[in-house]
Amino acid sequence: MKPEPWSSPLLDELQKRFPGALSDTVVFRNMPSVTVAKESLATVCDFLKSDEGGEYTLLTDHTAVDYPKREKRFDLIYHLYSFKRNDRLRVKVVAGEGEKVPSVVRIWPTANWLEREVYDMFGVQYEGHPDLKRILLPDGWTGHPLRKDYDILKQDDAWVEANLGIKSGQ
Amino acid sequence: MPEATFLDANELVLNMGPQHPATHGVLRVKLRLDGEKVLGSEAVIGYLHRGVEKIAENRTYTQFAPYTDRMDYVAAVTNGMGYVEAVEKLLGVEVPPRAQYTRMILAELQRIASHLLWLGTHALDLGAMTPVFYTFREREEILKIFENYCGARLTTHAFRIGGLQYDLYDGFEKEVTQFCDYFMPKIDEYEALLTKNRIWIKRTKRVGILSAEDAIALGVTGPVLRGSGVKWDVRKAQPYEAYDKVEFEIPIGENGDTYDRYLVRVQEMRQSVRITRQCVERIAPGPIMGKVGKVIKPPIGEVYHSIEAPKGELGYFVVSDGSTHPYRVRVRPPSFVNLQALDTMIRGHLVADVVAVIGTLDIVLGEVDR
Repeated sequence: MKPEPWSSPLLDELQKRFPGALSDTVVFRNMPSVTVAKESLATVCDFLKSDEGGEYTLLTDHTAVDYPKREKRFDLIYHLYSFKRNDRLRVKVVAGEGEKVPSVVRIWPTANWLEREVYDMFGVQYEGHPDLKRILLPDGWTGHPLRKDYDILKQDDAWVEANLGIKSGQ
Repeated sequence: MPEATFLDANELVLNMGPQHPATHGVLRVKLRLDGEKVLGSEAVIGYLHRGVEKIAENRTYTQFAPYTDRMDYVAAVTNGMGYVEAVEKLLGVEVPPRAQYTRMILAELQRIASHLLWLGTHALDLGAMTPVFYTFREREEILKIFENYCGARLTTHAFRIGGLQYDLYDGFEKEVTQFCDYFMPKIDEYEALLTKNRIWIKRTKRVGILSAEDAIALGVTGPVLRGSGVKWDVRKAQPYEAYDKVEFEIPIGENGDTYDRYLVRVQEMRQSVRITRQCVERIAPGPIMGKVGKVIKPPIGEVYHSIEAPKGELGYFVVSDGSTHPYRVRVRPPSFVNLQALDTMIRGHLVADVVAVIGTLDIVLGEVDR
């Protein structure tokens, strides 16, 4: 089964309100997915959370996927859930290296830690995040391990030597 | 103006953890205190970070499955179940009914085991010594069933992509039914120890209140969300396996305090027994593996699949590039997201209540840090 085009009254409403901001509206394995232009992310999310936008009040998850060969390497993924409609929606934003992405902490406070994790693991910068810093790795660490060009055995040797007093953690 | 001294300061920063018996692992909480009162807090995590998501990209789909057991290591069965189901969804594979019911029985037993561990340690944190001995005694019976089924007690790796590796052993159904019969009165015993216990009520009622709005805004799921009065359970809302074919109720709380979350989890154990009994009745002979090849090679695409783990919504986001290795596996851990609510829940409370709230969130640091 290949991804199929997504058609739904919600999508029509989105198209009407945000002409030109949406692309790649597909359904795969019963899950609709829509790619939103980075500039429109905040307004689209505001709308999706509102009453007429389907009440997607729960941001289940936020993460990223790295495609280093692409011009804009990161896919930022937002998984939304609506209690009223009992369905899930995937919102995607494409961002390049060093590009600032609008933070959605204002809309869904749970994004605070989730965006920090994406920053930690991928080095994506968020605009408007209240406290953007590493969450799982130590503060002084350099590099972002979930990027595809970060080898699985790689580590911050300088940090390991300075803080653990050993040449290598391997 | 003379320089401020330590004695003038009415705000004190206190580190709780990472070595602290009541943080259930290596959690460090930086507390800002005014005397005994908590003004604010910051959780510092990552001490147990092993890079599970990175490992996933360097393993085949089959090889990664055992790693999932090591995240929430007190509920390995449900962790593995979420992952194999996500891959099955990506492959478009149907799992035969016998495998579905087996998975549900083991998953519900795992939920009971996880709740028992929580109940024992939570009560221990708050000064009640007795329950932990009782709950561990019953948990042991569940672990024995796991050991008989797959050879492992904790990191079970019980399921395979497409179904099961092992069929049920002779007498499995009988053992599970015996456990259910034995266990139901035991829940009443725990309740006799705690539910109307004056000290227990004093330590838990109106402590760590989380309103339904806050819970949803903070992305909290599982018993913590239900304790706040939101009747939502992935097993009911978006059923997987055969959860739409069994009857059970979703217990909810009213006030969103520590006491309500305790009641919700105790009720959930009863519901789990109910589900287990129905599954044992329905399980029939048949195949245990769906149609999957020797080499797992899903089509290009991405899926998000989530299940109701004992701690909340456990989601797996799997991206396939058409090869034998996943391009990306993202784990949406319930503990990580629920822990974010800690600050909201402990503000204005006393230091001793922090212990109660960490306990009631039921976090496992292996899953928080991955």
